Amino acid sequence: MPPVITDLAMNTESDWMNAAHSTGTTIMAAEFDGGVIIGADSRTTTGSYIANRVTDKLTKVTSHIYCCRSGSAADTQAIADIVAYHLNFHGMELGEEPLVETGASVFRELCYNYRDSLMAGILVAGWDKRKGGQVYSIPIGGMCVRQQVSIGGSGSSYIYGFVDANYKSNMSKDDCVKFVTSALALAMSRDGSSGGVVRLGIITEDGIERKVVLGNELPKFFED
Amino acid sequence: MSVLCPETPAPGFSFANCKRNALLESKGFPVPKATKTGTTIVGIIFKDGVILGADTRATEDTTVSDKNCEKIHYLAPNMYCCGAGTAADTEQTTQMISSQLELHRLFTNRVARVATANQMLKQYLFRYQGHIGAALVLGGVDSTGPHLYSIYPHGSTDKLPYTTMGSGSLAAMAVFESRWNPDLEEEEGVKLVRDAIAAGIFNDLGSGSNVDICIIRKGSVDYRRTFDEANKKGVRQSSYRYPKGTTAVLSSKTIDVEVVDVTVHPIEPEHMDTA
Repeated sequence: MPPVITDLAMNTESDWMNAAHSTGTTIMAAEFDGGVIIGADSRTTTGSYIANRVTDKLTKVTSHIYCCRSGSAADTQAIADIVAYHLNFHGMELGEEPLVETGASVFRELCYNYRDSLMAGILVAGWDKRKGGQVYSIPIGGMCVRQQVSIGGSGSSYIYGFVDANYKSNMSKDDCVKFVTSALALAMSRDGSSGGVVRLGIITEDGIERKVVLGNELPKFFED
Repeated sequence: MSVLCPETPAPGFSFANCKRNALLESKGFPVPKATKTGTTIVGIIFKDGVILGADTRATEDTTVSDKNCEKIHYLAPNMYCCGAGTAADTEQTTQMISSQLELHRLFTNRVARVATANQMLKQYLFRYQGHIGAALVLGGVDSTGPHLYSIYPHGSTDKLPYTTMGSGSLAAMAVFESRWNPDLEEEEGVKLVRDAIAAGIFNDLGSGSNVDICIIRKGSVDYRRTFDEANKKGVRQSSYRYPKGTTAVLSSKTIDVEVVDVTVHPIEPEHMDTA
């Protein structure tokens, strides 16, 4: 279609400016020997425009519990803030670090009760002294289920096969980092709304260790 | 109900007009449009602070309703906020948060933090589920250094070293992506922000007129209203008026008016009825 000069471009505004700001995403969490590894791409989109190419979708809830966010950015940020508040308060009353299961339960409560008004798919991951590294998946309706490895977001559909074929229980930390990085790189290369850099978090008894794998440092696969 | 005891209005938004507009649209009438700041707003972090920039055009559909409006709003002595979207919403939202921040500053006896303003704005906008059409670029300097946030109408926020918003954001972002770097000097930063806004003014129909800039450093603010007139109106080189007598008179004819009769009707002034 040729450009029309009489039609003012104001229409573009209603198209993507008012579109809900959402994270067409790839997120992932996996248990390994001694903790959990969480990972995410870094793309945030409004319609077809990348609003942020260096987003951090791995959000802190407590020092040992993090969540991976997918869905509406506004909804997931609001939920994460509220859960962080509740768990901080709970931690003070308890006099010790909240359990990961408790964290997941607070997320589930909000996601289930407000299921008609929220668009949020969340992975809760962390370490506690009762059960060690744990991953909980809370998909859109507000269900909560523990999994050894879990993937989420629009990009996850491309890597179910890869994850099922390559995940092993009790991997070493380095093997697990390699596994998560590869899975995310594969998803980002096939899913248009995932991309940018790979952000990683390794949660163990000692807290979190953050890593970034830049776009040009990502593992390469078949590319013809 | 009386004047002394007025009826309490229902809290929250009234969506009565949405139904009216839907009806209007279904019958083929044009739907009333809100005044929007079809806008270019930007912000960057430079070596020792934050620079915010904005164009000055406000539009009502395709009409420019204000050629020189202010889009960089005051929030606190160390914080300013650019607004895009519905003009009324950006103005009201920033004024409300500004008031809360001032009370917060007085209560805590500390300079308010940018993260606090960000949290207040996002919680306020999230509560209204996107019905408050305010897209903001929040910038400021506090005890923890310079900070820059972009805040979307639905209540999501991003913390970034450089950001653009509004209909001209694509043009402005192209400038930043090619020229921004973390150790920009103030002078280079101002030049970059000016060029980003100018890109919006020239390439986006929703943006236009002048460039406003606001520089926030640790302990000082420089608000430069009309920093640049990106496209000055040209001056006419000479007068285009025709001198008297340019048109030649080829012929002339005079018609005499013949007075047939003259009558005078005196009108009595009518007095007001004060009975």
